Amino acid sequence: MSVTRRQLLAAMAGSPLLAAEHAQDPLVIGFIYNGPKNDLGYNQSHAEGKATLRKFPWVKAVEEASVPETVAAGESMRDMIYQDGAKVVFATSFGHFDPFTVDIARENPSVQFFHCGGLYDEKKHPKNIGIYFGFIDEVEYLSGMLAGMSTRTGKLGFVAAKPIPQVLRNINSFTLGARSVNPRVTTKVVFTGDWVLPVREAEASSSLVDQGIDVLTGHTGSPRVIVQTAERRGVFGCGYQFDQSSMAPRGFLTGAQWAWGTVYQRVAQMARDGLSVTNGTIPRRLTGTLKDEFCKLSPYGPSVSQTARERIAAAKAGILNGSLGIYRGPVRDNQGKVQIAAGTTLNVADVELDRMDYLVEGVEGSAR
Amino acid sequence: MQLPPESLGGWGLVVALCGGAMRGSIPYMFVSLGECLTEKSGKINLGMEGVLLMGAMTAFGVSDLTGSPWLGVLAAAAAGLLLGALHAWMTQQPAVNDVAAGIAMILFGSGLAFFFGKRFVAPMAPQLPLLNLGGWSHTPAVASALRISPLFFVGIALSFLLHWVFTRTRWGLQIRATGDDPQAARALGIDVNRVRFFAITAGGGLAAIGGAHLTLYFPGIWSEGISGGQGLMAVALVIFARWSPRRCLAAALLFGGAQALGPSLQSLGINGYYHLFNASPYLLTLAVMIATCSPNRSLTGMPGALGKK
Repeated sequence: MSVTRRQLLAAMAGSPLLAAEHAQDPLVIGFIYNGPKNDLGYNQSHAEGKATLRKFPWVKAVEEASVPETVAAGESMRDMIYQDGAKVVFATSFGHFDPFTVDIARENPSVQFFHCGGLYDEKKHPKNIGIYFGFIDEVEYLSGMLAGMSTRTGKLGFVAAKPIPQVLRNINSFTLGARSVNPRVTTKVVFTGDWVLPVREAEASSSLVDQGIDVLTGHTGSPRVIVQTAERRGVFGCGYQFDQSSMAPRGFLTGAQWAWGTVYQRVAQMARDGLSVTNGTIPRRLTGTLKDEFCKLSPYGPSVSQTARERIAAAKAGILNGSLGIYRGPVRDNQGKVQIAAGTTLNVADVELDRMDYLVEGVEGSAR
Repeated sequence: MQLPPESLGGWGLVVALCGGAMRGSIPYMFVSLGECLTEKSGKINLGMEGVLLMGAMTAFGVSDLTGSPWLGVLAAAAAGLLLGALHAWMTQQPAVNDVAAGIAMILFGSGLAFFFGKRFVAPMAPQLPLLNLGGWSHTPAVASALRISPLFFVGIALSFLLHWVFTRTRWGLQIRATGDDPQAARALGIDVNRVRFFAITAGGGLAAIGGAHLTLYFPGIWSEGISGGQGLMAVALVIFARWSPRRCLAAALLFGGAQALGPSLQSLGINGYYHLFNASPYLLTLAVMIATCSPNRSLTGMPGALGKK
């Protein structure tokens, strides 16, 4: 394995020389997104995270949006490495990982790759790939609490893309939050089948409102259509992925949104200090929760009362100091089976939750 | 906030399907009418998906910039006319195949729409005003389903107008003659190239208005995934509507309703097979194709020279 000039300098001369080198030679970091940067959803949350690197004058961040999960992802990363001189590459979409990021990482051992949410296998995958991800369940729980306090019919609606563990976790934590303030609340789920289907998301939202739900949220690439439909139909909306308050000036409550800037700034600083995921000085898995500021609550809408804000703030404080665990047993699924035993509280980072294949009591819908 | 709506139960499905038919049918309606006009002249424009996306993007952009959704609709139509004219010019060059040119137009139209669409960061553009026909109902779901876009009525009027043009007017007969037998049309002194140029261009303009509906009412945002293949589906729809504008209208309504089937069954608590129900517009296409295309009755109404030189 070759040693880069930067690593050599870091090892030999220490920081004064390194600082001098930074002045001439910016650290180039590449980002690829699966969809457009202005989707008000998942891709925009990453693009916003990248934009926070502006405050580091020693970083030059390059990006490419709408990179499909095909060989095009590999080509885009190659361009960033060979033409822009990227030393760190972030691949943000699940499908960018295998085989595209894996292959390009193998070809370029001196470049560090970070993939969002990939399933890394030490035996199969090269050492210069790191994985980062956030656990947003706690924020969904807080958002669900506000939904539970705001509903008058006691029915919440959730438009979801696919019944995969990460989506089920959000449906469940949102419902657990709502039922923590109002145990009679139920959540109706409609699956659309894919991440970006604006027309079907609007149809699903509309039909949920027809069934009497009065708070609507969702988990798709960008639930902005869901929040917008809620506003049109005169019900409340909670966002996800990114701040969607602009879609519903009257009925927006809050939402769970990502704060990827935390990860990108931390990795940029570590890379500047000569650390690397290859030799283990940057952790292989960078994961974080609400406490680590990997995710946050969206700004409250105008209809959220002071009392409600205070209750959410108290619950948030409980989550931050560890006194409020959101997955505390007994938790039953909607078939009546106990999934988390009484007396057990699961931490959001527990691997057991990554295999979630059920919907909790109070959710109307099927996880299959 | 208005009072929370009451649940409609099973009637919710009927309301959702009718509402879905009136909201979701509009893009199918305009694209299939545009394609019908195009194909009556003997040419195929497969590029409607690109035209739809260009219409959607242009309408959103112009509505956002000027604050007038109706200007957005006009601008979308203008963009569609330009794309239609390009296709018309291309397909009249010697040795250019309609289908190949159409596929190129899908790529060109969508690429152009994505390129210009990148700069629209506004979450929403001013939306088209709706006609509130459900004011009499105390059920919010019914009232909401009856808030109808004016484009819906424009589409219906257009389908009858086109039917009248094709059967009762000199222009319509010229278009049909051109599509059925260009040699004979030439013998009659009809300028075949000019008629086709007009029909393909106007067809593009019509289709693009369908795109304006996507960004200015339902779902009402600009996104690269906004059309979801509706432009292509509408082209198939013309075939099983057997080149009749009035049947295009019926088929479009059927498709709009079918689109709402998957989501509304789930919201009623029927959770199984949602992939199947979500696929119902596509299954419907197949079913109608099979039902209407027996070897004996197949393609009645098909313009005689369609797709030929």
